[in-house]
Amino acid sequence: MTKLLNVAGDFPLLDRTVRGGKPLVYLDTGATSQKPAAVLEAERTFNLRHNAAVHRGAHQIAEEATEAYEAARDAVAQFVGADFGEIVWTKNATEGLNLVAYGFLNATLGRGGGDAARFRLAAGDEIVVTELEHHANLVPWQELAAKTGAVLRWIPVTAEGRLDLEKLDVITERTRVVAFTHASNVTGAITDVAPIVTRAREVGAYTVLDACQSAAHLPVNFGELGVDFAAFSGHKMLAPTGVGVLYGRRELLEALPPFLTGGSMVEIVTMESTTFMPPPQRFEAGTQMVAQTVGMHAAVDYLNGLGMANLAAHEDQLAKLLLEGIAELPGVQVLGPTETTDRLAVVAFDVPGVHPHDVGQVLDDQGIAVRVGHHCAQPVHRAFGVHASARASAGVYSGPEDIEAFIKGLHQVVKFFD
Amino acid sequence: MTEPLGAKAGEGQPRGERGFPAAGASTAMEQLYQQVILDHSRARSGEGELEAPDGESFQVNPTCGDECTVQVRVADSVVDSLAWTGKGCSISQASLSLMYEMVDGEPVAEAEKLAETFRELIHNRGQELEEDKMDLLDDLGAFTGVGRYSARVKCALLGWMALRGALAQAQHSQA
Repeated sequence: MTKLLNVAGDFPLLDRTVRGGKPLVYLDTGATSQKPAAVLEAERTFNLRHNAAVHRGAHQIAEEATEAYEAARDAVAQFVGADFGEIVWTKNATEGLNLVAYGFLNATLGRGGGDAARFRLAAGDEIVVTELEHHANLVPWQELAAKTGAVLRWIPVTAEGRLDLEKLDVITERTRVVAFTHASNVTGAITDVAPIVTRAREVGAYTVLDACQSAAHLPVNFGELGVDFAAFSGHKMLAPTGVGVLYGRRELLEALPPFLTGGSMVEIVTMESTTFMPPPQRFEAGTQMVAQTVGMHAAVDYLNGLGMANLAAHEDQLAKLLLEGIAELPGVQVLGPTETTDRLAVVAFDVPGVHPHDVGQVLDDQGIAVRVGHHCAQPVHRAFGVHASARASAGVYSGPEDIEAFIKGLHQVVKFFD
Repeated sequence: MTEPLGAKAGEGQPRGERGFPAAGASTAMEQLYQQVILDHSRARSGEGELEAPDGESFQVNPTCGDECTVQVRVADSVVDSLAWTGKGCSISQASLSLMYEMVDGEPVAEAEKLAETFRELIHNRGQELEEDKMDLLDDLGAFTGVGRYSARVKCALLGWMALRGALAQAQHSQA
């Protein structure tokens, strides 16, 4: 058995109590992670000492801020196996995914010139998503299809809660985009990316990966995965809110028209027209979230210090404890694989006869924080024949004692509503 | 460390004036999940659909996806019939069930007054309202504790928002 990590002490918030003095058991990392002191401190130091707008101004602190902002980009690029110029700062993953979808739309409207012609969509073209997606990687593609006349198709989910890789024939010569999740925020299933990328390449379709859950919990290398675009959020990986990342292969970012326009992303502006900067600046309009990128840098350093492989092994053991504990409860259905192979420590479940909100309420009363509802993924719930679920999701700071408290709490839930 | 949750509200507990466990006499969960709420969430009244309703409203709680539809038939300013369908937590289902029992067959004006008073209760952060209002609310007083949990306010009010919409539509169609 791999040695478990023990880093909860690095996370100040985890020290607090809730609901009348009960120790907090935080199992909602899938929604957002807690932040280590190192991240909070980095942000604070930046604001105390180096705060300035980046890429403008010739004064010293503007230089310091710009250096910090670009150093963070470099750290993130290395963290996910990308080149410096392939990392675009966004406010979150949702913005990153919309950036790509709107890039396609703007190209279809004729923006971006001949270089962007490769992104133009026409009636009869197809966009493939999956039934497992978070709404953030579904709705932007529905919208793009509605605006361009393209047809939306999807890869179904198996009874186990994985993408059905037997059904990749939905990707055809008509497919222009394949958008899919790297790891489900509901079933915890980790996607085997290679066959999807291979199939998409065979037909000349672009791949867009939602890496929100994976980047925070697994070693991830976009270059090796071979995807064209990928998006993830800082706040799910120990970094602050308000910062996310879009990865794009360099030649694609160079051809993609901008999404948001305005200051900081332009070269020459006349009253009639504007030329745009090369990527990544082309996609970073307006004053940027510099302190948050500095926090992201600290988060990446922190994760590198632990080692992502160690972190994944740690969470794998927690997933095992979660699944074993839930299996003790008669009738409780896990929405996802029940063994830990290719699976995150994100476990959604249904307690028969007890609504998830009520499950969450009684857990909360014991100091245990889980997510309840549809977790921004209604279609996969529908596929499981349920309306909503409760979800426990662990993080690097979670330990066996958290899982134990949760399982004990879940027994209380069943008893209370019996 | 953990308070006992197994015991049901009511049994062997000192009771307040209205028959609900007195504050402080039970655990927080027993305060929230009063017996009347648990009972109504299991044996629900008024679930179904009307033929040819005068008014209908569908409401959804975006945080959890819970939904309900309330239908009414109104005659001579009286809620002649009311029916509802929906899926949701015990709080939302019990609220709909009790709403049916207290609104079906009552004058529209009374239903609207009850709806407004219930709204006020749920927004009162877990405190009871004035005595006359609590009298009006009757069994709905069991929802007092819901106001303590801001995330559950919408659960309690979802059905009542649908009632308001259905009544407005019924009155509009008859105007």
